[in-house]
Amino acid sequence: MSSATGMGAGAARTRAALLAAPALVVFLAFWLLPMARLALFAGQGPSGIEAYWAVLAHPQYRASLISTILLSGLVTLATLAIGGITGVFLSRHHFPGHGLLAGMLTLPLAFPGVVVGFMVILLAGRQGVIGQLAAILGAGRPVFAYSMTGLFLGYLYFSIPRVLLTVMGAAEKLDPALEEAARSLGASPLAILKDVVIPALSPALIGAGALCFATAMGAFGTAFTLATRISVLPMTIYTEFTLFADMPIAAAMSLMLGAVTWAILALARQATGAGVAAAA
Amino acid sequence: MGRTGSAAPKDDQTMTPNPAALAVRLEDCAKTFADGTRALTPVNLAIGAGETLAFLGPSGCGKTTLLRLIAGLDRPDPGGKVWFGPTDVTALPIEKRNVGMVFQSYALFPNMSVAGNIGYGLKIQGLARLDRRARVAELLAMMRLEAFADRAIDQLSGGQRQRVALARAIAPRPSLLLFDEPLTALDAKLRDALRLEIDALLRQLGTTAVYVTHDQAEAMALGDRVVVMTHGRIAQIGTPVDIYHRPANRFVADFVGLMNRVEGLAGDGWLTCRGGRIPLAGSQGPATALFRPETARLADPADAHVRGTLAAAFFLGDRTRLQVEGIGEAPITVDAFGPVALTPGDVVPLVIAGALAEPAGFADMG
Amino acid sequence: MTGRRLLLALPLALAVATSAFLIVPVALSVLAGLSVNWQQGLAGGLTLHWIGEVWTLYADTVVRTLALAFATVAVDQLLGVPLAYVLARHPSRRARLVEELIMLPVAVPGLATALALIILYGGWHDFRGSSAFILVGHVLFTLPFMVRSVLAVLAAIDIATLEEGAASLGAGPMRRLLGVVLPNARPGILAGSLMVLTLSVGEFNMTWMLHTPLTKTLPVGLADAYASMRLEIASAYTVVFLLMIIPLLLLMQWAAPVRRRPRTTRP
Repeated sequence: MSSATGMGAGAARTRAALLAAPALVVFLAFWLLPMARLALFAGQGPSGIEAYWAVLAHPQYRASLISTILLSGLVTLATLAIGGITGVFLSRHHFPGHGLLAGMLTLPLAFPGVVVGFMVILLAGRQGVIGQLAAILGAGRPVFAYSMTGLFLGYLYFSIPRVLLTVMGAAEKLDPALEEAARSLGASPLAILKDVVIPALSPALIGAGALCFATAMGAFGTAFTLATRISVLPMTIYTEFTLFADMPIAAAMSLMLGAVTWAILALARQATGAGVAAAA
Repeated sequence: MGRTGSAAPKDDQTMTPNPAALAVRLEDCAKTFADGTRALTPVNLAIGAGETLAFLGPSGCGKTTLLRLIAGLDRPDPGGKVWFGPTDVTALPIEKRNVGMVFQSYALFPNMSVAGNIGYGLKIQGLARLDRRARVAELLAMMRLEAFADRAIDQLSGGQRQRVALARAIAPRPSLLLFDEPLTALDAKLRDALRLEIDALLRQLGTTAVYVTHDQAEAMALGDRVVVMTHGRIAQIGTPVDIYHRPANRFVADFVGLMNRVEGLAGDGWLTCRGGRIPLAGSQGPATALFRPETARLADPADAHVRGTLAAAFFLGDRTRLQVEGIGEAPITVDAFGPVALTPGDVVPLVIAGALAEPAGFADMG
Repeated sequence: MTGRRLLLALPLALAVATSAFLIVPVALSVLAGLSVNWQQGLAGGLTLHWIGEVWTLYADTVVRTLALAFATVAVDQLLGVPLAYVLARHPSRRARLVEELIMLPVAVPGLATALALIILYGGWHDFRGSSAFILVGHVLFTLPFMVRSVLAVLAAIDIATLEEGAASLGAGPMRRLLGVVLPNARPGILAGSLMVLTLSVGEFNMTWMLHTPLTKTLPVGLADAYASMRLEIASAYTVVFLLMIIPLLLLMQWAAPVRRRPRTTRP
């Protein structure tokens, strides 16, 4: 597309290199090099290169991987259903305060995982409001913040806003003429949903689902605050690093996890064509 | 070409080319939108059985709003009624009105193939698969789309998409066809070709149709009658010939083709103006003559009634459009057919025939 | 029409339930942080006492978090704006590769990036124990957002044509950069900066690994408080966090272009 103006292409290329250099040097020095070192380091522990397969070989780590995948998968499905329905609904029904509600629903996007965990504690912890309500109704005082349910709720908490945002954005872009055409052919609202709306939203839904899954796989803060008994993979990695000082294993597992989340996000980018971020 | 008909009915009379088809009536239909814009002032309109009615007007005139009211996509303001034959359909949404609609952007479903799109209305109607397939095949043949049956929509050209949209709309045998500027997105040559196809199709089907466009050639070519609209109201309803040769007001006169206006003093069958005399019957005193560019002819200087000076000439292929000054206050436009050997500054001798006197109150709309 | 009514009622109920699920705990935390005693709820009265406690205990984290956030923005602007310009003027396979590359610290869990930094630079104690160590992590994580934001604006305004216009009037490269590129990139820089601020203030995963007892940030402090402090203090601390983050989010909304829903043409 662009050709240089001024003294010719050569000078322009030098200028470009100079301008891009600082960022790339920083990236090289503080990410590429350390990552390469990490990869090497992971293979230098007592188990050698086998450390990379530890997550699959070692039963304890495998269990952690499986529970992480199951949790992430369930959260993704639930979030797509809830976020999909709610997102389409909100994008079509504008009422006074609609903007405010949309803002409040996407506020949790800025929360670190620890705050999300705290939200779940407020709902379902020992002094949680759900427990207090249940006690008033005479149904005992359920405390489930620190169980799998609590973790699930926490993951749901940071996933729904992400999907909501994506779905609302995609729903806004839907061409109303398509639905009017379907209506002119006699289609009921349900038929329109099935034949027109969902197919049109499916790229966005797939992308959002992949993003949701990747974020859940790599989530640390929420589990850190909530999980005392269950171990998800990021927590396992963390424990290896701090408690057991088994750094090569921790390094290897974190690299594998990184590769998996990157792959899933690359897929998401294919589906939506936009950049995505995973952090919770 | 346009339907002139031997017994051209008066302006507001509907035509009934196909008595078995649906007749539509609009009673006091107005439309005000939520933000307060008044898109349509109360309109009363009757569409004859089997008639093709063209809605013509500039952007913002309300023609699409009116179409959507007929379709059932929007409801008229309280007090407005829409009748399909003997039935009051005002409260019925579009799904229940059995209309076929062709959209400006075609609105083809990207997740279905061509055959899938065409058969969608039939699927909703609950037609059995074999019958559905037969009907889809029938339409594919009618629209010459057999080769594209299983193609995806994004692999089609604009003209092909248009035909798929048409096929989809007529497959469920609707009682009313609605066209919302369907040819606007196409280039000129394709538009001409498709216009002929649509004309043939409408005549073949005999279904009542409403056709919205801002292109006057399209409106006059396809419409049995034309409804000219501006600013949410109807300026004139009539056959294409009526609209063109007997415009009811200045808006219609200027919107449909070009209308020249020359002021002067009328008497004894002539209007005397700056450049000479124009034959004008039935007027006395100060008057304005109205005539179309093609009714003015270049003549021999000896035979000419009026003389002007050539300001500019535009060679348009089949004719030369001349801007001539000095006849009236403003320059007039003359279309000359055949070779023209004039340069700017030359004297232009003209004979103007068929001018009409501008009626009183012409500038206002009735 | 019961089908239609159901189609309206179910999603509405779900939307209400979802909204409650997301918003109620936030409201609760604000309440808990301001109430004298959470067990007694509102009946016990409201107070700013806990906020005061939080300030006594954690004021340094607030200051450090803000300082880090602004430092991150500054570094991101210095590194990211020139890079975005280069990517905008020289779009190619290589440019897209670079974009993918700088996104890696975002695609990969913060844990991994933090581990890598510790492994390579952990031995350098002065660096390891300073806030600069955390700054590095934040820059890595937020840079792609700054770059993307500026790149989007430059692409939208067709910066190449603008520069050609300036050059045709005699402006040299430096002048074009300062007089044409930067001023027109400003909306992107602003939006990107706000995004970076928000991300930096809320960053935990990396920061938890990179911090030391002397370089705690607000989210790190929050983790401490959730684990060891009473609910009222933890809630008050959360309120402080919300007070920092909500204005940033509002500013981001204001700085972003508004998009209206496409309607069919009316006339």
